[in-house]
Amino acid sequence: MDGREDVFEIIEEEGAGEGSLIGILQKMQERYGYLPKPELEKVSKRLNTPLSEIMTTATFYAQFRLTPIGKYVIKVCSGTACHIAGAPTITDVLKEELEVDEDETSPDGLFTIERVACLGCCSLAPVIMIGDQAYGSLTPDKIVKILNDYRKRES
Amino acid sequence: MARYRMNLMVCTGTGCVSNGAFQVRDALLTALREKGLQDEIGVVTTGCNGFCANGPIMVVQPEGIFYQKLTVKDVPFLVEEHFLKGRPVKKLMYIPPQEKAPVPKMKEIGFFGKQRLIALANRGQIDPENIDEYIAREGYRALARGLTGMEPVEIIEEIKKSGLRGRGGAGFPTGLKWEICSRNPARPKYVICNADEGDPGAFMDRSIVESNPHAVLEGMLIGARAIGASHGFIYLRNEYPLALKRISRAIEQATEYGLLGEDIFGSGFDFHVSVHRGAGAFVCGEETSLIRSIEGKPPHPRIKPPFPAASGYMGKPTNINNVETWANVPHIINRGWEWFSSIGTESSKGTKVFSLVGKVNNTGLVEVPMGITIREIIYDIGGGIKSGKKLKAVQLGGPSGGCIPADMADTVIDYDSVTKTGAIMGSGGMVVMDEDTCMVEVARYFLNFTQNESCGKCTFCRIGTKRMLEILERITRGEGKEEDIPELERLAVNVKNGSLCGLGQTAPNPVLTTLKYFREEYETHIREKRCPAKQCRELITYRIIEDKCTGCGLCRRKCPVNAISGEKKKVHEINQDMCIKCGICYQSCRFEAIKIADR
Repeated sequence: MDGREDVFEIIEEEGAGEGSLIGILQKMQERYGYLPKPELEKVSKRLNTPLSEIMTTATFYAQFRLTPIGKYVIKVCSGTACHIAGAPTITDVLKEELEVDEDETSPDGLFTIERVACLGCCSLAPVIMIGDQAYGSLTPDKIVKILNDYRKRES
Repeated sequence: MARYRMNLMVCTGTGCVSNGAFQVRDALLTALREKGLQDEIGVVTTGCNGFCANGPIMVVQPEGIFYQKLTVKDVPFLVEEHFLKGRPVKKLMYIPPQEKAPVPKMKEIGFFGKQRLIALANRGQIDPENIDEYIAREGYRALARGLTGMEPVEIIEEIKKSGLRGRGGAGFPTGLKWEICSRNPARPKYVICNADEGDPGAFMDRSIVESNPHAVLEGMLIGARAIGASHGFIYLRNEYPLALKRISRAIEQATEYGLLGEDIFGSGFDFHVSVHRGAGAFVCGEETSLIRSIEGKPPHPRIKPPFPAASGYMGKPTNINNVETWANVPHIINRGWEWFSSIGTESSKGTKVFSLVGKVNNTGLVEVPMGITIREIIYDIGGGIKSGKKLKAVQLGGPSGGCIPADMADTVIDYDSVTKTGAIMGSGGMVVMDEDTCMVEVARYFLNFTQNESCGKCTFCRIGTKRMLEILERITRGEGKEEDIPELERLAVNVKNGSLCGLGQTAPNPVLTTLKYFREEYETHIREKRCPAKQCRELITYRIIEDKCTGCGLCRRKCPVNAISGEKKKVHEINQDMCIKCGICYQSCRFEAIKIADR
């Protein structure tokens, strides 16, 4: 199916009325992994809303991404409990291991690091989430092991 | 519902699920079938039990035996021993820190002892995805009373007299809020449940929605009837997929039972609810921002008045309450205002849910009566500080709150006492910090958060927090100047006064409280270029203690940047220029041969 039909389908589901924009963007991101500009232009035409207004919303909320992502998005929790339990070190080790910065995708196309405000499982601090799987009580050592497990799965 | 001689209540809150609760449940079902016990023993998946640190958790009813940290491997033995032979398994029970004997029963565990459950009343007792179980525990009885036995003004009077105050943080009297909205003649009216839980390090609302979604719906229904609203919105944080699933299921079931929809209980009252997923913006904790977000717009707050009660969603009268506030409502209607106001202190009635996290032994979700002290929460419920370290401070209220120092641990939990310390009650984040936490770094962390989340509308919030953050970053890098502290204080006052909404007005609180109680720590960073807690990375180095290094090579192999060199069985060395201070070597050394030193 080409992208064109996809976007119109989503607008159909969510409705083209006032208040539906965030829902449309959320479903687009679920489908593409990010918000591709050509698709946003279609949304703009269909909703009869200037692209600038759509971009305002898309760039305001932390959830939306404008660049493609890797196969696995690593959500690194930066909530208070995780922070004092060593989340900054965890993030650094991830960056070092994957040779990328936050919001970037590793050269092998496998991982994207995304820092999130809080995953809400503070008892497991520090936590990362890959897909729907949370990994808790992390140490730099464990991080390396987890990444290697994913890499092995892919090779 | 089938009757069993025993029910196994398996916690399936987010914490337990990520530790494998569903796999444990499946293993239980298989093992029970293998032993032919499937008709005698039921397995119920419940919402969050609260004792998240020890998940996956299972409580055996009616005995009340508490099992923790279960794995799939434990299951066959457990089923054989306990459920077939009747011998509870000690090694899977909870053992308090510094003790040896297990505590078999849940109610005898200190973590649960001092709690008093109202908002979390059904946690661990019902399957949140089954409306019949909620109804069996008096669910929707308050709604029936509210719709058929009480006039709207009587409902409002009841809530006013109960003394219930908003649990989202600010503590505005709920009954009064409803009354103002109810008097507005404009139609239609709306009620909103704020479940966007933006505080990092807190998960009260997630747990309530996951464990007792119908209580939230019932509260909203009663409130809507009192105010005269016909539609409700639940604004739910997008990072909470399980909560989304459960509240959606609850809405479906309530609709099926005629508890949502047209002419509920033949009273002529109509009410519909829809769920909006938040998209990640802390400023949505501000009511006018949240409303704009539901309208599909970027969430810039606006000047109040008019308050949402006068002009809210689409310019119509709107009443917003937080998840926990709504969940309290059915209990007040069921048991009366006298009962509710008998719990708590003079100015703060009822209970408060906290997510107790950080450097405390028993982390998890707790609900305590107002008037309890911080010390009781940390030591009696929380089981004290991890690894026998010393309490340094407690952070209440997240990025809008502040740090209360250890010597004020006898502060009681009520809105006014907490506000006096410079912190705020907030929505319930309680982060315990020990001696290894750097308070300057904590202030920097929160300010970094609010600076990122500032919507940019007010200059003082947008630029003032940026300047404050720059100063804090400088101090934690060891480049602080003597005039930085007065400058921070000056900026803090300006940001508070020059911001339109709660985000900017409270953003300086973490800085102000740490300056008030931990000033000397700032001064040490500035004057001695030293971090007493050894946390600020630019102010520390990792060094190998020559006498202790055996040359085993473990650190050398583990170092992610190859900064460690040395021959086998010879003392190793860290190249300080290459070291990224990740601490892997420090954590992996088996001979305590690596120390953290000042720069």
